[in-house]
Amino acid sequence: MDEKISRRDFLLYAIGGWAAVGAGATLYAMYKTWEPLPEVKAAGVVEFDLSLVQPGEVRVIEWRRKPVFILRRTPDMKSDCPKRTIKTKLGEFTVVIGICTHLGCIPNWEPENHIWHCPCHGGKYNACGINIFGPPPRPLEIPPFKLKGNIIVLGEEGPEYKAMKA
Amino acid sequence: MRFIDWLDERLAIRKIIKITLIDYKVPKNINFLWSFGMLLVLMFAILFISGLFLLMYYKPDSKLAFDSVNKTIMMDVSFGWLFRHVHAVGASIVFLLLYIHIARGIFYGSYKAPREVVWLTGYILFILFSATAFTGYLLPWGQMSYWAAQTITTLFEKIPFIGPDLVIWIRGDYAVADSTLTRFFALHVVFLPVLIMIFMGLHLYAVRVVGSNNEDGKKIDKEKEGVPFWPVFMSKEFFVMTVFLTFFFYLVFFKFDFAMDKINFEPANPLQTPTHIYPEWYFLAYYEVLRGFFFSQNLGLIAFALSMVLIAFLPWLDKSPIVSGKYRPLFKVAFWVFVIDFLVLTILGKLPPTGIYAWIGLFASLVYFGFFISLPIIARIEKKKFRGTTDERN
Repeated sequence: MDEKISRRDFLLYAIGGWAAVGAGATLYAMYKTWEPLPEVKAAGVVEFDLSLVQPGEVRVIEWRRKPVFILRRTPDMKSDCPKRTIKTKLGEFTVVIGICTHLGCIPNWEPENHIWHCPCHGGKYNACGINIFGPPPRPLEIPPFKLKGNIIVLGEEGPEYKAMKA
Repeated sequence: MRFIDWLDERLAIRKIIKITLIDYKVPKNINFLWSFGMLLVLMFAILFISGLFLLMYYKPDSKLAFDSVNKTIMMDVSFGWLFRHVHAVGASIVFLLLYIHIARGIFYGSYKAPREVVWLTGYILFILFSATAFTGYLLPWGQMSYWAAQTITTLFEKIPFIGPDLVIWIRGDYAVADSTLTRFFALHVVFLPVLIMIFMGLHLYAVRVVGSNNEDGKKIDKEKEGVPFWPVFMSKEFFVMTVFLTFFFYLVFFKFDFAMDKINFEPANPLQTPTHIYPEWYFLAYYEVLRGFFFSQNLGLIAFALSMVLIAFLPWLDKSPIVSGKYRPLFKVAFWVFVIDFLVLTILGKLPPTGIYAWIGLFASLVYFGFFISLPIIARIEKKKFRGTTDERN
């Protein structure tokens, strides 16, 4: 009698277990379908020539669907932020992801005040990209980058980037 | 042999109508607020049908979506504008109906035993309708569509450890993009409506089992104090539906622009945030709770999540033996304060969160939670006061 029940139980658990494996595998496959496609991931490395930016000018380039602000600083701008400064032969640059750290809006550059001003909830960032007013909880993020002379490569971590993060 | 008899022999049509609709007795002491459940069934049907016809011309592709809505459907398809306006106004009005339906449930204690499952399935329906509205709002691919989706998905970034990866997973890209549009489309037109239909079925079945609540919140003798759902209740319901549809189509034909933001007639631009971003009116109260704790973003997020979840726990927060708000003076005060507070939050949600508005927002957010805290306290006071007399009332 015991044997019969355990045999039935065994079959039940075997079927149940197999069904659970199937369900798990199906859920995993469903989960994977929502991941970014290979072409999306591959487009994650972008090169840009810094000499195209005039002093005092902000260029906006797209990297991983995000705007990246490239500011070529002038001497009168806020610049006491060594961990947020990219030094090249052309001078000092601020390179930050142009997405407000509050709720993801895109701040606008105000050339007369040397600040980025977020239109959504009034956050302000200085020329280093550091939050100086309003709801943003932290400075604008610096994208991983590598320098090749005057060319900046976004999406790869070079020694300058690692030094900033250290 | 009549066709109905022929069918009856094969499908027991008469029997099922009798059991589900005629033997289902609705209390006599209910008022017009009890008609909103069937109004919501009607509204869902209208959204389903209007959506079906939009689906025939809509193109879920970030390059084609905007024009398929604003050119093809609005200008080229005969009466395409009608289906779009019906769908847009319907999406808005369904929340008005939901809020009234929920408020009626709160005031008359319709969440109390034995109706907890009715309440919970109703809560799930509210969340499903919210998700459907949110995913649907992205589809026209206008500036407001895009930035609403961008902002709300960014909220998930704050979840510890998995947040940033989760956001990319939800979007299928580093920002809201074509992949986000197509998956929101799939959820909006298949997954969520199917879930809504399943939970509507469960909700109605649960009501059928335990019976409708009534103004006095008392158990009724169904034979003496009830009227058949069909045809008595529904004949009155048809009148309410007629009045409602008059109002609804007045909005569709003459006031449709309240449901369609001007900013959304600009195509989505991932590199340009509109100056003011705000949700549709029906989410403004929750949005204000999110912003209300202006000094701490994390606190705001926790408050926002709580504000959407707490209401599900009403049956366990309010254990007072008295069911209907009609006989609960203290609860009446708390209820109306809550309703007014919800309206204040809704109005503030559209105002800039600066100066005095920020402080009123914080205060109103605290009052919102105050309602849920007051419930167990009121229940306690009432238990003491009404001990011994409650049996008569229920």
